[in-house]
Amino acid sequence: MAEVLTAIEVNCTTGEVIERPLNAEELAQREIDMAAHAIEVAEREAAEAAAAEAKASAQAKLAALGLTADEIAALSK
Amino acid sequence: MATTYSQIGSTVTVGAGGSATISFSSIPSTYTDLVLKVSARYSAAGPFDTRLTFNGNTSAVYAMKSVNGAGSGVPGSASESAGVSTWFGAVQGVTASTFNNVELYIPDYTSTTMAKSASTEHVNEANQVDARGYLITQLWNPSTQAVINTISISVSSGTFTQYSTATLYGIKKN
Repeated sequence: MAEVLTAIEVNCTTGEVIERPLNAEELAQREIDMAAHAIEVAEREAAEAAAAEAKASAQAKLAALGLTADEIAALSK
Repeated sequence: MATTYSQIGSTVTVGAGGSATISFSSIPSTYTDLVLKVSARYSAAGPFDTRLTFNGNTSAVYAMKSVNGAGSGVPGSASESAGVSTWFGAVQGVTASTFNNVELYIPDYTSTTMAKSASTEHVNEANQVDARGYLITQLWNPSTQAVINTISISVSSGTFTQYSTATLYGIKKN
């Protein structure tokens, strides 16, 4: 049996609290949000990976120039 | 503070089945600012986000910026639109039985001339290096400005788990 997703609503004027199944519009929005976030996460992870790769490359080039690990670390502080 | 900081409606405590959305509707316009306090945990490992919605408006009239820092590493940042905020609840699988703490502050929510801003402080509870703190700013800027009468938070994957809570407060400035 499929999971029934629900919403809890508090009516702040009457104090009534209801729990109801999500409607079709809310379920569709949920799918949109999930897809949008998956894309955002993928883009962010790709950017972070690229930045880490560039940093490692820069550190390697500095080391090749003769800088010590402490000197390289000091540059980023 | 005690005379101006009042709970509006009742505290939502999510039951055993979880809930995908928590809403406060028919919010009275008798306060100056609103504060939403949430203690939340997700049932799913993601990817997911929590959508913050005012007055049921899911149009792309929201914007969000956030900065975050963890126990180590470089602080992060994020920028999104369409009312999506990040990491509103702890990830299932991160330290068991921990819940995130979130406080959302909405000033001047009854204005009919200005866009509405919301600032959020958020701690992603986890007994590990990647526990994170977040500062998030959001803007709701519809074509016609309106009093906020409904606030909803919706998780896009899974649910808010049992024992997640949400409480709305009104602040009336003297």
